[in-house]
Amino acid sequence: MSTNVAQFQEAAARVTADTRQRQFIRTALGNYEIARDKRKAAFQSWESARQAAALTKWEAVNHLDTHLEELVAKLEARGTKVHWASNGTQAREIILGIFAAKQAKSIIKSKAMTSEEIHLNEALEKAGFEVVESDLGEFIVQLRGEAPYHIVFPSMHLTRGQIRELFAQELGSTSSDSPEELTMVARRVMRHKYITADIGFTGGNFAIAETGMISITENEGNARLTAALPKTMVTLIGIEKVLPKLEDLALFLPMLATAGAGQPLTCYNTMYGGPRQPGEADGPEEWHVVLLDNLRTELLADAEQRDALHCIRCGACLNVCPIFRNVGGHTYGTTYSGPVGSVITPHLRGLQDWKHLSNASSLCGACTEACPVKIDLHHHLLHNRRNAATEKPAFLERMGYKVFGIIANDPLFWSLAKKFGWLTQPLQKLVLGTALDPARAWTKTRDLPPLPQQSFKDWWKHRP
Amino acid sequence: MNEREKILTRIREALKVPAPRPGTHAPASHLPVPGVPSLPSLRVPPPTAAPVEARRWLPKVGPSFPEQLALFAQNAADLKAHFQVFADWTELSAALVQLRDTENWQRVASHQSELSSQACAALQRPVCWTDQGYDVLAMESCDVGVTECDALIAQTGSVLVTSRSAGGRALSVLPPHHVVIARREQLVADLPAAFALLKQKYAPEFPSMMGFITGPSRTGDIERILVLGAHGPKKLTIFCV
Repeated sequence: MSTNVAQFQEAAARVTADTRQRQFIRTALGNYEIARDKRKAAFQSWESARQAAALTKWEAVNHLDTHLEELVAKLEARGTKVHWASNGTQAREIILGIFAAKQAKSIIKSKAMTSEEIHLNEALEKAGFEVVESDLGEFIVQLRGEAPYHIVFPSMHLTRGQIRELFAQELGSTSSDSPEELTMVARRVMRHKYITADIGFTGGNFAIAETGMISITENEGNARLTAALPKTMVTLIGIEKVLPKLEDLALFLPMLATAGAGQPLTCYNTMYGGPRQPGEADGPEEWHVVLLDNLRTELLADAEQRDALHCIRCGACLNVCPIFRNVGGHTYGTTYSGPVGSVITPHLRGLQDWKHLSNASSLCGACTEACPVKIDLHHHLLHNRRNAATEKPAFLERMGYKVFGIIANDPLFWSLAKKFGWLTQPLQKLVLGTALDPARAWTKTRDLPPLPQQSFKDWWKHRP
Repeated sequence: MNEREKILTRIREALKVPAPRPGTHAPASHLPVPGVPSLPSLRVPPPTAAPVEARRWLPKVGPSFPEQLALFAQNAADLKAHFQVFADWTELSAALVQLRDTENWQRVASHQSELSSQACAALQRPVCWTDQGYDVLAMESCDVGVTECDALIAQTGSVLVTSRSAGGRALSVLPPHHVVIARREQLVADLPAAFALLKQKYAPEFPSMMGFITGPSRTGDIERILVLGAHGPKKLTIFCV
């Protein structure tokens, strides 16, 4: 068994046994659902909006080359420097190169899942840069030396008491555990960082081809400050984020806020079209945009699952997923967790090593229903299972089904199996739960009901 | 071949096989075979396809000005922003002075434009002007940032600002209180109208920053409990004349 599977099973068993933690997550996500449903109801037609958004993304992703070229031409026309990175190593080299050329010491970062994807913080710290995450949730998990628990709510697994202790230990704060006071502690720490940082680093939610802009969605104002004060700004964004037209945002911004956080619109939705322009009061003198492929083109080449590139990283599929709710975000061991993470991780990091994520699914379809851009998530989990089995068949499983097929296809064998199946049960009791039991993973935690000595068909025939 | 060409080549190679239309989940056997015309569901419209008409699906906005004003006021209240409409400039400046005294403003940050300059004159406090560049520490020590805006959006209760209309990028987020001075004609119905306005006013030389501000800065990162003033302003006041 691969270490990824062992890690997943160990973590899943540990987290599901922690009923207090599960209750905590369930309450938080329950509140999210109430808020989201209220916002969805405000739409004249949420379903039509989903269809329109899915078609827009479909059009964008299926003409990705044209849109990217237009985006880059428009960005460069306003003085932005655009870099292309085929993989994480290249992206890290480009970014470290910019920082070194600027003789930067400290970097203020606003939330970017792409930077988690390429493990940027580790590389920066190793190279001697001071990096501070400015999003409150990201700041908290950075202080804990943890990965984000959720792509939108990074610190949702922590209680205020844990955060108070963390701040006392790491920042020497004497704050109470009121969320308000704790937030103010982080605000004070960060104010100083914005002003002294040499580089502001951001991610991006949408890239507008038509006008050459990167749109950033946030609530705290940390990205606004990151993009305003430092002299150099660096943005790392996946190539799949393009939208053709500026006005497409009129649909995507409220949908992202609704699906992601149950808000009508998040507090700050900002479109950046270049570095500081002549006559403007402030803004960075230089802006570098790094376009990241990192196997997105592999996913693009799978026409069946290409729509997974429509993802706007709202986190809605995580929030409704019964697996995510019970095993938690860290169990996945991936940058992108939940249903969409289970779909795309095998493409980004190897099918055989990550196929277990597609098996860890009830296929209930809640994710597909929640997705604002209609990614066919639960079918893709099935596609991953199929592809994994085709690529590397499991011998015992195939033999088992072959034998079952022979018995089930022959009326004589079938009636014999029905009649005498119960006779094998004492045998099964002998091996129950041991390594010899072929159904051990199932019988370990569940009872196998006794097979009746008379089938329903027989009973029906001889009914009184 | 440089990375740009490599990535674009990989994209073009990948896109040779069309993808099923969203919601059709065509099985793999329906994927095109060379020489066989592809299914209608696999044909992608050309990139010039008309943009979606979002207005039909988004939250409804009434057609008349009073309806839109009421909707904006309702949204602002839900967002915990302070919104007030005044009959004339005298009333507005009196309210500003009152706010100054209640919150004990000592220093003001602003930009030179008709309404914001007038507001600063009424406030009679030292002003950190951003127009010709400014000292960040000086702005950080201001009690309030006073700006104009491009539009108010009834549908969402948002204020649309740009680096050109609102004194740069930092002025509307760095001071702890952001005061927006707007004209009532600046109220627009919805987000599509706001984007149309941006294009009409600025294209093709857009300001380097254009953004919607929807309520004061907020976070829910600690136990999903709402806290105002995460990094940006704790208070947002919108005065309309």
